[in-house]
Amino acid sequence: MNRAVIDLWVGIFVAIGLGALVFLALKVGNLASVSADDSYDLSAKFDNIGGLKIRAPVKSAGVVVGRVSDISFDPANYQAVVVMKVDARFKFPTDTFATINTSGLLGEQYIGFEVGGDPDLLKAGDTIKKTQSAVVLEKLISQFMFNKASESPAPAAAK
Amino acid sequence: MLDAPVRVLRKLGAGVVDRIWRLGFAARFLVAVLMYSGTALRRFQLTVREIYFTGVLSLIIIVVSGLFVGMVLGLQGYDTLQRYGSSEALGVLVSLSLVRELGPVVSGLLFASRAGSAITAEIGLMKTTEQLSAMEMMAVNPIARVVAPRFWAGVISMPLLAALFSALGVFGGYLVGVVLIGVDNGSFWSQMQSAVDFRQDILNGVIKSVVFGAAVSWIAVFEGYDAVPTAEGVSGATTRTVVTSSLAILALDFVLTAFMFRGV
Repeated sequence: MNRAVIDLWVGIFVAIGLGALVFLALKVGNLASVSADDSYDLSAKFDNIGGLKIRAPVKSAGVVVGRVSDISFDPANYQAVVVMKVDARFKFPTDTFATINTSGLLGEQYIGFEVGGDPDLLKAGDTIKKTQSAVVLEKLISQFMFNKASESPAPAAAK
Repeated sequence: MLDAPVRVLRKLGAGVVDRIWRLGFAARFLVAVLMYSGTALRRFQLTVREIYFTGVLSLIIIVVSGLFVGMVLGLQGYDTLQRYGSSEALGVLVSLSLVRELGPVVSGLLFASRAGSAITAEIGLMKTTEQLSAMEMMAVNPIARVVAPRFWAGVISMPLLAALFSALGVFGGYLVGVVLIGVDNGSFWSQMQSAVDFRQDILNGVIKSVVFGAAVSWIAVFEGYDAVPTAEGVSGATTRTVVTSSLAILALDFVLTAFMFRGV
């Protein structure tokens, strides 16, 4: 087989291979949507983070604005410290309310920002003061059961 | 009286020494291949020719098996996921299992049996027919002229083949999941995109395939160069290439996975 044909086929092969890689990066992966380069750190303390994991999304109004970069335990007041990388294009007021939410009933957990009205903006390294912990489903169910159990004799007595 | 146990121990010792000696020879051979790689990279035409034989001619088997593995994953994944009412997560299942594990590993196994065996047989036959000695007589280094281009061709081809395998597998999963069964198109892709990370998943898969490519090519050229120069020797070396490189891929995959995905 002569050289030109081999060169052509190898060229096609390399192009297809690189094309597959680009397809994986852009269509399957999320390279295009999130660039982690331009971001600033915010931290928040929670009493209970539930099942929150590193790289979980940070959302405001349902749109992803950053990701959780570190989770640690503060031994002084027994709270979880969550560090988030927030896209530098978005600034939030100092009275922003950080809550841990669950997408769907059994979905993954994420941090939601509910924006306040303060004119001052959060700077890199700031701590969000107002937080709400994760809703632990087991606790909720046991509370519900407990309430049900305590009120169920009442209708029977009223009869 | 002590004759029998001594003989057994001697046999055991000889076996161990033999293995270690071969391993050392293989390591020194790899160093020699890397040292004489200058020619393979400077006269790149030699390597391009070998990429044709190892990469381009492996395209068909990689394309077909990638497509079918993805389609089977789609069918089986849908069957299990729809019981829990989360059939939209099919894209995540197909893409993560392909990009992280099946893409590099299965294409590595196919590469070992399709291209690795061919490399071993070719070099072994060259040795048997004394072509390698003839080259040395003409002051041409056979490692630089024959072995190194084949080694580098394998290292270059393997990641491309693995990426192609994964991409076609995702496409196969899409064909079965979305086109055939009717999973929602939008959530198939968007859930996939939010779950697959470029650095964590795709880049690690590429690193895996480069490692597998280097391992398979190394084993293939070494077995060929080390083959006993008879018809039987070459056939034995070819078998050893496929067996050893398949086991090496599986073992390396476990080690690499343990390092890459430990903290996730």
